Amino acid sequence: MERECKSVRSAYGKTLVELGKINPNIVVLDADLSCSTQTQMFAKEFPERFFDMGIAEQDMMTTAAGLACMGKIPFVSTFAMFATGRAWEQIRNTICYSNLNVKIAATHGGITVGEDGASHQALEDIALMRNIPNMTVIVPADETETIEAVKYAAEHFGPFYIRIARTNLPDVYDTSYKFNISKALIMQEGTDITLISNGETLVETLDCAKMLKDKGISAEVVSIPVVKPIDKETIINSAKKTNRVITIENHSIIGALGSSVCEVLSENYPVKVTRIGINDEFGQSGKAKELMNYYGLTSQKLTDKIIGLIK
Amino acid sequence: MINQLSSSETEELKTVSKKIRKEILMMIHNAQSGHPGGSLSSVDILTVLFTKCMKHYPDCEKNADYKNRDRFVLSKGHASAALYAIMAHCGYFKEEELLTFRKLGTKLQGHPCSNALKGIEVSTGSLGQGLSIACGMALGLKLDNIDSKVYVYLGDGETQEGSVWEAVMNASHNNLNNLIAFVDRNKLQIDGSTETVKSIGDLTLKFKAFGWNTIEIDGHNYNQIYSAIEKAKKSDKPIVIIANTIKGKGVSFMENNPSWHGKAPNDEQLKQALEELK
Repeated sequence: MERECKSVRSAYGKTLVELGKINPNIVVLDADLSCSTQTQMFAKEFPERFFDMGIAEQDMMTTAAGLACMGKIPFVSTFAMFATGRAWEQIRNTICYSNLNVKIAATHGGITVGEDGASHQALEDIALMRNIPNMTVIVPADETETIEAVKYAAEHFGPFYIRIARTNLPDVYDTSYKFNISKALIMQEGTDITLISNGETLVETLDCAKMLKDKGISAEVVSIPVVKPIDKETIINSAKKTNRVITIENHSIIGALGSSVCEVLSENYPVKVTRIGINDEFGQSGKAKELMNYYGLTSQKLTDKIIGLIK
Repeated sequence: MINQLSSSETEELKTVSKKIRKEILMMIHNAQSGHPGGSLSSVDILTVLFTKCMKHYPDCEKNADYKNRDRFVLSKGHASAALYAIMAHCGYFKEEELLTFRKLGTKLQGHPCSNALKGIEVSTGSLGQGLSIACGMALGLKLDNIDSKVYVYLGDGETQEGSVWEAVMNASHNNLNNLIAFVDRNKLQIDGSTETVKSIGDLTLKFKAFGWNTIEIDGHNYNQIYSAIEKAKKSDKPIVIIANTIKGKGVSFMENNPSWHGKAPNDEQLKQALEELK
């Protein structure tokens, strides 16, 4: 099944340029990775509003905080590992505690970082961002959703974390897609099980649902781009329908989408939930596709696992 | 000589700083928690800065020129008692509120909180972050062509944080000549002497090596403080004022004693301290 895949990082870079043209307060900071994160596009267009902070992520986050104090809208980009890991306390204590208008758009989250291996594969970034007050967390699944999420963040006050996929992704939404901060999306209705996903695993989940259908299993697919604040209602309603929920994400199973869904359901409508993701272990080198397969996140692997689970 | 205070100004500063010191002690005594040592070492500099040198508006947004104010960041947020006392003196809020310091529901949080108290530019408290914030503010001022200064106040122990030196590089790389940093060189930190815990060494040499201008002063001498700040305003580069200070300055039994870093005086100790500050 070959589909056209689009660079969501390029989409991010282009969107920044577009936003920069409309709003002179948009500034961009990067930590020596502007070629990877694609903030270089903004740097070329608006050199006076682009700051390459060098390999100094802590300084970058707090400098962005200072710019936000001055009414600027800083977009801060680097790899998810260094944005959320190295500079976590700057984000927590300066950006979020002061509730500053800083947008952290990090690339290279998850196992799909690939060949660089475990040191660069952030499997904890969403968990790290989700537990900080004032922070909004978005994990877009394709080009359209990435563009919409970035624009939304630019237009709405407060700290945001947006995980921009490293891999190129096919479209999962059609042209009618409208980003809604408070609404999860029912991608496909079903009655036997609920599959919940976001980011790079959403397309695999949708393919998995098709394969399950061939085996006579009716899967409802829910997309949750906004991990925080999470749309409880859609999760609960789907769980009421199927009574069996499976979460699928390119992240450690601890602390991100799967955990969020468990929190919502255990407090409101307890049903059995299985979290599929990286099982509390470090990643390794390999091609993104190979790693997705190795860690059981491809549609085929998901299908096999889910059939085993609900037998 | 230029940049000198008149004798009446010096007298006034003496009176104000004595009042600030007393308030700090009463606040910390009342809360039975806080940081007297590093608050007292910063009093004279903050008093000169807030009453003589810095362009600021205690009526905040009500002032038409508010956006052109100088910015102040207390990077060593644990000296909050000193900052609150000088802010109250300047009229940011009523002095009676000082005794709510560190109490449940107070605007005067243990470390400065921008969402709790108007006039605090940004929340601080975790060391090593204020200088980068100040760099961001200085960049923002330049982008908007606002000819104001950013003042940032660091502790000397704080310079053990690696992120401080990331920010030092940032300031010189971006030629932030609108940035004025202070280092409160009281030579003590919680576990003892800075040079025993992890030697900081010659800060002047270190900052110079990173491309900054530097001035070293006695941080309790009003004239030296005043002339250093006025000179710093004209610096062509980011500039640091390394202020040699005495931790616990003004209270004999607190001076140069690291055990007073984060401890409140009891009733008897407060009485004695206030007596000394008469």
